[in-house]
Amino acid sequence: MRGDLVLRVVAKLFIPFMLLFALYVQFHGELGPGGGFQAGVIIAAAVVLYALIFGLPAARRLVPDRVVESMVAGGVLIYAGVGVAGLLLGGNYLDYFVLDRNPVHGQERGIFWVEAGVAVTVSGVMLKIFYMFAGRGRDPEDV
Amino acid sequence: MSLASHYAYGVTILLMVAGLFIVIARGNLVKKLVGLAIFQTSVYLLYIAPGKLIGGTAPIVAPGFAVYSNPLPHVLILTAIVVGVATLALGLAIVVRIREAYDTIEEDEILAADQAEDERQR
Amino acid sequence: MAVLVIAIAARRNLFSVVMLAGIYSFLMASVLVALDAVDVAMTEASVGAGISTVLLLAALYLTKGEEAKPIHRPWLPLAVSIVVAAALVYGSLGLPAFSDPAAPIHAHVVPRYLQESLRETGVANVVTAVLASYRGYDTLGETTVVFTAGAGVIALLRLRRRAQQRKDKP
Repeated sequence: MRGDLVLRVVAKLFIPFMLLFALYVQFHGELGPGGGFQAGVIIAAAVVLYALIFGLPAARRLVPDRVVESMVAGGVLIYAGVGVAGLLLGGNYLDYFVLDRNPVHGQERGIFWVEAGVAVTVSGVMLKIFYMFAGRGRDPEDV
Repeated sequence: MSLASHYAYGVTILLMVAGLFIVIARGNLVKKLVGLAIFQTSVYLLYIAPGKLIGGTAPIVAPGFAVYSNPLPHVLILTAIVVGVATLALGLAIVVRIREAYDTIEEDEILAADQAEDERQR
Repeated sequence: MAVLVIAIAARRNLFSVVMLAGIYSFLMASVLVALDAVDVAMTEASVGAGISTVLLLAALYLTKGEEAKPIHRPWLPLAVSIVVAAALVYGSLGLPAFSDPAAPIHAHVVPRYLQESLRETGVANVVTAVLASYRGYDTLGETTVVFTAGAGVIALLRLRRRAQQRKDKP
């Protein structure tokens, strides 16, 4: 699929919109349907599309393995970190009320960071699984 | 209690039993996983259908709407969907390893290969 | 959707089975929208029809096969399925009717979520508020499950690469 001009042009048009839509879904999850999981999956799908059209090595150069693996663990750490922040600021674990002087703002802040952590982990895991599956069939030539 | 009021459960049961049938009646491992996915989606229906209120709307608080569908099953099922795809990914990884070890993904052939291996070792 | 499921059970070409499963996920997402479950529908569409299809196709590419002809006649599984279906139908007769506002699912804690969530959390989407705030622990567990699945897949599919690299190095 690398040589097909139509696919390449359409993919180059689509992928930024997909990433933008993923960010929209992530941040708009508080006002409409959406949230961390959907946004993470859409980000992974955008990179998968890039890998399908431009080849797995190009995708690996764009989003290297180290970055993906750190995303996988980093999201869970962000989520747990919000909980620990609640502990350090005097409340219970994962208590959002203490994150800000105004408890409602604290809730919003907590929810924002928690959803971000979820999106990072979900997109990292989906992408890593795709890399593992796609890279297995033809491993010796390109890593 | 009429047929129409329990129609949602009927559909759920049909999908659930169809998924179950695919899992136990088909030997190909990938098809079993697809059957399991169908079974899981039927469970999503089982949880979400009773939460719907006719005349209500999606559970997003907005001015002008008074009746909302129940948000609690939505939360549970959101988690269930993501966990479902996680298990599907793990299952497929195991199937790939099985294929590399036995050179087949048909359940009967794998069992036969195992039995032949046991016979040889005895 | 019933037709789709029967087709999935019957067809032997695995590629068409995967495609049909993707169509089934999209139909399920539409049904969920009709049931006012918009968050769930978006997740089911993206995860079920998107990622699941990609993973199944990748697995098919790696395992390459058609389904073999089944040796056993499927009478026993069919009988088991019908018995289970009958038991489930008998059980569902006791469940509340569709869209019954007096059903117990709408009592207890849900009215509090619906009425208080905007005031307490400042978030209009009740599902997000419950997911991230009222039931935040469950979401932490779920994120850990996703992480574990990723770690598991890495553990399962990684060893061969190291062995390959050891073989390639002189």
